[in-house]
Order: sequence, then C-alpha cells, then structure tokens
Amino acid sequence: MAGTQYRGSEIKDVDQFIKDAQGLESEREREIGQHIGYRYDVNLVPDYARLTPFLRKYMEVMGWDDLNWLEDVHMGYEEGHAAVFDRNANGWIRVPDSIALPDNQQDRDMIARELLIKFQMSDRHPLVSLRKAYMKF
Amino acid sequence: MASVSDARLREMAQEERAHALGMTTEQLTGRSMFIEFDPEAEERFTYPWAPEVDFNKRTEFDSSEMSSTEVNQEIRRLMAEGFGTIVIQNPRGKHSVGVGILSRLNLIVEGSLGYFATGLIDGPNVRINGRVGWSCGENMMSGTIVVAKNAGSTFGAALRGGDLVCMGSVGSRTGIDMKGGTIIVGGDTGAFSGFMMQRGRMIVCGNAGKNLGDSMYDGTIYVGGEIRELGVDAVPAELNDLDRAWLRRKLIQYGLLPERGVDHFTKIVAGKQLWNYDNLEPSEKKLIL
Repeated sequence: MAGTQYRGSEIKDVDQFIKDAQGLESEREREIGQHIGYRYDVNLVPDYARLTPFLRKYMEVMGWDDLNWLEDVHMGYEEGHAAVFDRNANGWIRVPDSIALPDNQQDRDMIARELLIKFQMSDRHPLVSLRKAYMKF
Repeated sequence: MASVSDARLREMAQEERAHALGMTTEQLTGRSMFIEFDPEAEERFTYPWAPEVDFNKRTEFDSSEMSSTEVNQEIRRLMAEGFGTIVIQNPRGKHSVGVGILSRLNLIVEGSLGYFATGLIDGPNVRINGRVGWSCGENMMSGTIVVAKNAGSTFGAALRGGDLVCMGSVGSRTGIDMKGGTIIVGGDTGAFSGFMMQRGRMIVCGNAGKNLGDSMYDGTIYVGGEIRELGVDAVPAELNDLDRAWLRRKLIQYGLLPERGVDHFTKIVAGKQLWNYDNLEPSEKKLIL
C-alpha cells in the first residue's frame, strides 16, 4: 500500500546525480519515472574546518558566531548539473560549469553558500525587481 | 528591465509595472535553472535595500506608551539613521514587536513580549530579557533570537533559518512545520514538538512531551532528557561524531552545555514511512478506495 515504507534510493556517491540526472535507481523510482526525495543529505551539518574566507567575513559582518541559516544550504543536483536552491527566488540556481567542483560534499556546500550569498545580495536577484513591482511601503 | 526608468515605473499601474520588469503570471513549471550564478559577482554581505547600520551606534527608547505598530516604525526609523544596536525599554508584553526586520541589527528587549514576537526576521540578533507568548520567531529566515526566560506554544512555528533559543521551557508544538534553522530549548518542551517538521534541527536539553516529531518528514531532533512518547514516523538514530561536535558547539555558544556533555542526547529523525511524493499515489489510492 502507498506510503508505508521508504521507496527511494540511497545516496552513495557525491557525483551520483551528475552522472545519473534522472536518479531512478529503486524499483519504485523506475516504476513511476520520478526520483524520490532529495539528491543530497539535507541533515549534513557543516564542517567548520572548511569555511572559506568569504564566509568568515559574512559571519563577522552579520555578528554571528557560526553560519546561522547557511547551515541548511547545500549543493544540490538538478537535471544533471550542480545547483543551489534559493529560497528567496523559490528555484534552483545553476552552478556554472566553469566552477570546478571539489570531490566532497562538505567543500561543495561551502561553495554553494558563498555563491548563494553573493547572488542574493546582488542587483541581479529577482527580489530586486519584485520589490520594484510590488512593494507597498 | 534596465530600459525602463524608475520614474516611468512609478507612473505605471502595478500589473503594467510587473510586465515591464519582465514578470508574467504564467505557470512556473520548468522555469527552475533559468538563472546561473555569476562567478565574478562582487562581495556583498547585505541586501541592496538594507540600511547601513553600525553595531557600535546604540540607542534606546521607552515603549510603554506606544502601540506595537509605533514600536516597529520607530525601529525602522532608527535603523535608517544608522543605529545598529537598539534597546526597547518597557515593552509590557506587546504583540508582534520587532517583526519583519530584514537586515543586520542588534535588538535588545528589556522585558517580556506577547505573541508573534520578532517573527519574519531576516538577519538581526535579538535578545529578549523576559518571556514571550505564542509563536516567537514565527517564519524567521535568519539571525538569532535568545529568550532569557520561558516561551509559549508554537515557539519557532514554520521556522526557515537562524537560531531560536529559549533558555527556559517552552509550550507545545515547538517548531511545528519548521523548514530549516535551529531551535534550542534549555528546559522542557511540550507535546507535539517538531510536528510536521520538514528540515532543520531542534535541541531540547530537558524533557520532551508526548508525540515528539509526529509526522516529521525530515530534520533532526536531539533530546537531552526523557521523551514521553514518540509521534508517528519519528524514530531514534545513532548520534555520530559530527552530531556531537555540532551539538557541543551550539550549546556552548548559548551557554547551555550540560555538565555531562552531549553523549547522553537521543537523536530522533524521520522514519520516512510517510513520504508520499510520487505521481502515481492519487490514482493508486483511488483504486484501493
């Protein structure tokens, strides 16, 4: 019966969803033609030994002792590409192919956090236009 | 669009303005991955519209004769003047104080607040030297909130990010529907804490009431005391070294590390038995029913 057991596949390799964009590994995933669940470990806590200088500076500017909300930001994989989910734009933002991906998820997550902050704070972000169009006060 | 001036945009009706800026009301399906990061983007740490504030520039005001709206407007006015540390005196349990602050700020409240205290914030560091009512930090995006005494129910409802800390005990349904961030409770938490939790982490140093983590889809709950009863699909998991290091660091940060450390904490995660995400579910259910 539906919904009585986890029927997705396990994440085994950091490049799994770059090599296999569809991610149809389990029997159920093949049956429905849809990947079940996230393509990365949403519960992975950051390794602070891998902080980048930019992220250290961001924490200092904000007056935080740690990464704060960025602890929940990870590098994900959509359509066979590395991407980061931007909650402010409610969509996946693609990581350019020119950026070399490290061989482990912790370092990739640090890159994801840095890219996301730079994008959210830039004039390119969709929120800038949204504010112009819809801000009431 | 860059070709339309701000002056011209101001003259337009809202719908016309939205179209001129390239926005449409069509379905968003398939529009993900439309945008690519710019590897050459400049280093910026605050939103383009955020006021320039200086943490060393401090002020305070007495809110005893002000309405909640007036208090919130005064905070905005002071931030626009560059004050980075604002102290609110005599809050007298007002509701919805300090909501919607979307930039860096040190906000100190000398007293207790009512419901929906400092909700919808994105960036500030808040210290409330008193108690709070229901739904403190509701929909918080980032920043820190530290409540010195106890808090009411639905503490951190729909939390998206940031650290929400209560040094005392909290009511029921703590972190209901939370989608990220960290909730830390120094004392006990009531029934149905972590109900429908989807992401993020919760630390309870004391005991947890019944139905902990009921219907949680993802995320992690750490409990230092006793759990009266686990909810549907909430299951124990092994505490690993990364968990221990993270727990120790977070609890030291807020002065809540127990004398016996963190090894005794129980870790609770989703059993993932309720994951009904696939397209065939509705038609299968129809067949069964």
